[in-house]
Amino acid sequence: MTETASSAVLDVRGLCVEFPGRHGTVSALSDVSLSIRPGEILGVVGESGAGKSMTGLAVQGLLEPPGRISGGEVWLAGRRIDQLGDKEMQNVRGRQIGAIFQDPLTSLNPLFTIGAQLVETIRLHLKLSKADAKARAIQLLKEVGIPAPEARYDHYPHQFSGGMRQRVVIALALAAEPKLIIADEPTTALDVSIQAQITSLLRRLCDDHGTAVMLVTHDMGVIAETADRVAVMYAGRLVEIGPVGDVLKNARHPYTRGLMGSIPALGRRVERLNQIDGSMPRLNAIPTGCAFNPRCPEAGPRCRKDRPEPAPFGSGVAACWLNAGGVL
Amino acid sequence: MSDALTVNDLTCNFDVSAPWLNRVIERKPQQFVRAVDDISFRVPMGGCLSLVGESGCGKSTVARLVTGLYRASEGEVRFAPGKNGQPLSAQMIFQDPYASLNPRWRVRNIIAEPLRELKLRNSEAEIMERVGELLTIVGLAPSDGTKFPHEFSGGQRQRISIARALAGEPEFLVCDEPTSALDVSVQAQILNLMRKLQDEMGLTYLFISHDMSVVRHMSDRIAVMYLGRIVEEADTETLFANPRHPYTQLLLETIPDITHPKRGRSIAASEVPSPLNPPSGCTFHPRCPFADQRCKSERPEMRNFADGSRAACHRIEETAKAIHAA
Repeated sequence: MTETASSAVLDVRGLCVEFPGRHGTVSALSDVSLSIRPGEILGVVGESGAGKSMTGLAVQGLLEPPGRISGGEVWLAGRRIDQLGDKEMQNVRGRQIGAIFQDPLTSLNPLFTIGAQLVETIRLHLKLSKADAKARAIQLLKEVGIPAPEARYDHYPHQFSGGMRQRVVIALALAAEPKLIIADEPTTALDVSIQAQITSLLRRLCDDHGTAVMLVTHDMGVIAETADRVAVMYAGRLVEIGPVGDVLKNARHPYTRGLMGSIPALGRRVERLNQIDGSMPRLNAIPTGCAFNPRCPEAGPRCRKDRPEPAPFGSGVAACWLNAGGVL
Repeated sequence: MSDALTVNDLTCNFDVSAPWLNRVIERKPQQFVRAVDDISFRVPMGGCLSLVGESGCGKSTVARLVTGLYRASEGEVRFAPGKNGQPLSAQMIFQDPYASLNPRWRVRNIIAEPLRELKLRNSEAEIMERVGELLTIVGLAPSDGTKFPHEFSGGQRQRISIARALAGEPEFLVCDEPTSALDVSVQAQILNLMRKLQDEMGLTYLFISHDMSVVRHMSDRIAVMYLGRIVEEADTETLFANPRHPYTQLLLETIPDITHPKRGRSIAASEVPSPLNPPSGCTFHPRCPFADQRCKSERPEMRNFADGSRAACHRIEETAKAIHAA
């Protein structure tokens, strides 16, 4: 990943996040490294609690105290942002990082028209007159595919359907032309037919503006159709990262393979789905060695003892002893 | 094969009018939403019929009508006679395993409730023995009975929910989106469990989902719903190989497919119309690429086909006629 580091919009190096608590410190993320280039969509997948949303929040400096970044660096367009103060970080959010959250209803203020919300965001970040800001707001609504944007400008969030609201949220995220958009489960609350519209919209915006997108989702189908590269997370660690085609078809890590096998396929019918037995360990009880070893069908003694480091493999990176070529 | 469940011309209206005083002052009429509009289907004994559709199409309402949680406005729901001559007993598995278990009850009491309520076991010792058996059947340990629901993960909670449904010794299970709140790897565990239970206990399922890939895995037959009506019903393989209704085609087209990703497609913006004020004629016409004048004015009738499927669409009928004429 070193060769991309210079041109990358987002470069996360060895990020660790921990939550100090009464019963000791829980490590929520450990040693997460990833980068996203301009115009690239990086999908982040994993089960609930794997740390995918946490990664997005840590990058935006939105960790709930007492959670804190305990190690590693976050670079945004050549500038280190994990040590910035609250004021400066506020400026980065919105201006340089746009955010799209899962539930479009709760991320819009029900008391203001969507026009007012767009203008507020635009004027906070760009020095524009009210009239210019309104023109830009309407332009944005048009861009995200809202019919009759001039009329819709004065409507309240409740007058929009779920899919349309998510488009408004995307327009808000785009308001200041950020370099990076972090989309946390942007389609989970939507129906499939609407979901396809939103992902193709994200794809188009990414191509048109060269925006980098971190797409956090648990839906492999969305990743397959939208992302360029995919990062798979398990128990707060990155287990595999690589081009989407390679990861989906030739996963290197047994966890990724298990995850792929557990999805009912559309093309063929099987009697029994592949299942990964057991469940993800709690963050305060992560087994020694590879975190996946108790559920891994291929685990050997080495997996139970030593923790595998992410190592380059083919076009991607995987953290598994199988790839190290050594004896398990 | 005989039918376990027969549903005829089922309709359910909900009163969504403003309060009485508002109606008088604002001179507004009473308003009803037709959540389920004249639908009929059968579920064969030991089979699995799935209802699919987008949110708000009425699939969960059908589930609740079938289990008697809502009262039908018109039409009938009839279960075939079961083992003891009484109608088949039905139980339901709910969507959200976080909301469907009482957080203040221990798991063993949650599962024992149907046993006590239906007087299926006599003594407390027998009840607890049965609870232990049920927990084992769904892949938990009998000792888990003393815990509270919050001590379990989503998948484990859904297992508890299944154990509770099985406690009533049902022959028919209505599953309302049982896996949509779960991760894919956990979803696979639950779906495998449900298939295993079906094979071992000869259960009949009415399965509700919006996820076409899950539906394909689980069901023998699929009914596609749109705004309260069934628009197409066919055997699973037939539906996937030869979707007849344009809405089914749209649904299949939009599912993200991992093995053959449809990248770079663009989909025209279209939304589900409000069920309060459904479009005239065929309710799908505003989104349908083939809609013409007739679709806007005339509601299409359900048409049966030689392969056992049925669909309600003018276009299919017209194409069939054209072929026949030629």
